[in-house]
Amino acid sequence: MADKSPISTPAPTPAPTPSSGPANRARVLGAVRAALGRGPLPTGRAQGLDATLARHQRHTIPARGRADDLVAAFASAASGVAAEVLHLASLDEVPAALADHLASLNLPPALRLAPDPALAALPWHTRPLLAVEVGTGVPGVQVGLALAEAGVAETGTLVLTSGAERSTTLNFVPDVQYVILPHGRLDGALEDAWARLRNAHGAAWPPRTVNLVTGPSRTGDIEQTMIMGAHGPRRLVILMVPGA
Amino acid sequence: MSVQQQPSGQSSRSFASRAADAMVDANLQTALNRLSTGFATRRATAIAAVPEFEALKADAQAIKNHVLDNLDHYLERFEAEVIARGGSVHWCPDAESARQTVLAICQAAGARTVTKGKSMVAEEIALNPFLEANGIEPVETDLGEYLIQIAKEPPSHIIGPALHMTRDTVEGLFRSHHPSLDPARDLTQPETLVAEARQMLRPRYFAADVGITGANFLVAETGSTVIVTNEGNGDLTQSLPRVHVVLSSIEKIVPGHEDAATLLRVLARSATGQDMSVYTTFSCGPRRPGDADGPDAFHVVLVDNGRSAMLGTEFQEMLRCIKCGACMNHCPVYGAIGGHAYDAVYMGPMGAVLTPQIEGLFGHTDLPAASTFCGRCAEVCPMGIPLPDLMRRWREKSFAAGWSPTAERWGLGLWSALARRPWAYRLVARVAAAVLKRLGSKGIARLPLTAGWTAGRDMPAPAGRTFSDLWAEQRRG
Ligand code: SF4
Repeated sequence: MADKSPISTPAPTPAPTPSSGPANRARVLGAVRAALGRGPLPTGRAQGLDATLARHQRHTIPARGRADDLVAAFASAASGVAAEVLHLASLDEVPAALADHLASLNLPPALRLAPDPALAALPWHTRPLLAVEVGTGVPGVQVGLALAEAGVAETGTLVLTSGAERSTTLNFVPDVQYVILPHGRLDGALEDAWARLRNAHGAAWPPRTVNLVTGPSRTGDIEQTMIMGAHGPRRLVILMVPGA
Repeated sequence: MSVQQQPSGQSSRSFASRAADAMVDANLQTALNRLSTGFATRRATAIAAVPEFEALKADAQAIKNHVLDNLDHYLERFEAEVIARGGSVHWCPDAESARQTVLAICQAAGARTVTKGKSMVAEEIALNPFLEANGIEPVETDLGEYLIQIAKEPPSHIIGPALHMTRDTVEGLFRSHHPSLDPARDLTQPETLVAEARQMLRPRYFAADVGITGANFLVAETGSTVIVTNEGNGDLTQSLPRVHVVLSSIEKIVPGHEDAATLLRVLARSATGQDMSVYTTFSCGPRRPGDADGPDAFHVVLVDNGRSAMLGTEFQEMLRCIKCGACMNHCPVYGAIGGHAYDAVYMGPMGAVLTPQIEGLFGHTDLPAASTFCGRCAEVCPMGIPLPDLMRRWREKSFAAGWSPTAERWGLGLWSALARRPWAYRLVARVAAAVLKRLGSKGIARLPLTAGWTAGRDMPAPAGRTFSDLWAEQRRG
């Protein structure tokens, strides 16, 4: 599932202005160093900082980020931020659960899948009336389905990543967002999810986009009243299933 | 060329007269009255639910202190990681170079419209009027930013830019700015107003050539930029157009993803009282070969604009600020007059410290004095920034520069303005009088806060009450 190819480096867009040139770079870094009263860090010190960074040291993690029952903790936190959580017995139940849920919302039986072979392989034939297409978030897409790479129980947060088999735009364009979260991808805290992603992506870590999604879209910009469905999905439904 | 619709710090009117107007603006006062029940209450609830919050704050502060001491190193590491992933980094010493850089990127992309996520740095460098003057249409997509854009107003709060507007104001704006709007459509509820904005902005995301976002954090470890939003507008802005431009000031750096995790725990709780904002997005570089979607080009515009000059000075602590807005949500002066009276991009206590640095003290000598020195801002600041002390430093500088008369005139004006609003006057005067007495301050003791002037306005402060108690009580009254 993870793209293990090393990071590719397409040619950067050419520097368009003098302000992106070396003179301004030197000016900013020079001003910072002058203010700190020193020149560039000695090599040893700089290497020390990089070595510390490579250890991925964690700071305080709240107790709620170390829950024993991750499924219960995640479901409770996600429900607390107005996501809907459905517990399914297996991935095979996904098509039926989606068809029924769409019907309960009075929505047409149609949805778009992220381009993930694991999603295409679900038994869609069990619900032949469900119109299933595959792609990204283009105009007019009303319902999307994605597979989460991880879930953070501490805050009920889904970890969604970009890639050849994922679609970032499909996480934001639809009105209704369905996300499958296998139990085996649950982590206690965000730090655990970082470790999981580093491990899965290897040299390609991090993917271009990592979306941490905690509930459906909302805004408090009118009279500080929370209204759901500002620009992203109005409704977020998380399908929790056993397995990896 | 004029690049600001309302040049800050250059208003022909004094702070005092703006404050006085604000205090008799009934709509504004209605909006401000929601602060204590909105942001402030939600923050308190969210923080009470995490017993480890003090430890998280201490960690967050230590992380930023470490970054500031090694800022050059982490900036260079960040740059190297962005470049390794195919992105570009542009270094901008000041607002003008930042504007020119963004314009050049837009022009190179042949852009006619750009969508924008919420960015205070974009406000700081007055990007929108500059792009417009150069034939590029900027479209704000954060609901609050969109509202103030069509109203042609500056933001009144760093988190809720349209916090000063009531739903009636918003309805009026939509009716006059959305030509296809059915006159019969009911727009009396926040829900219908949000739906209208969603519908209007949707096609703009798909049509934009460039998407510009701010950054809450820059992660040196991987060259990732981080945005934190609730609406999802920032994500549509940065994932649909061909080019993604990130506009950030240089102090937004954190070393690694673990450090970002700690700061995120502190930010959302302090800002909106959420455990996590709805959408926290890490982005690095353009789309990778084979990726299903994402922008073809990725530019990070790093803006100094006065930050480096704060390093190594007493103002370095201000660079820990994560722009959560808690200080203004709990400030009695902000709560009485709102954000516009500050006539600056950054308002409230953090603005009173930051604005003189970014825009120069001259023209803003009033701001550091816009305080009762009650200390509530420093109490709620998750980054432990001693805001009243830093405001006092600016006051000292303005005295030293011979600009004190302005501040004193301002003082008189503000107090007389406050006097028109009895509860605010009583509260602020009492607290300030008590604080000033304790400090033995000479500068402001001559303000009409002395016993003679306040005699007859008998509101003796009950001994032993905290400021919060008084504040809550006065708000209820
Ligand atoms: S000064 Fe502190 S409280 Fe105010 S916005 Fe910055 S971090 Fe938040």
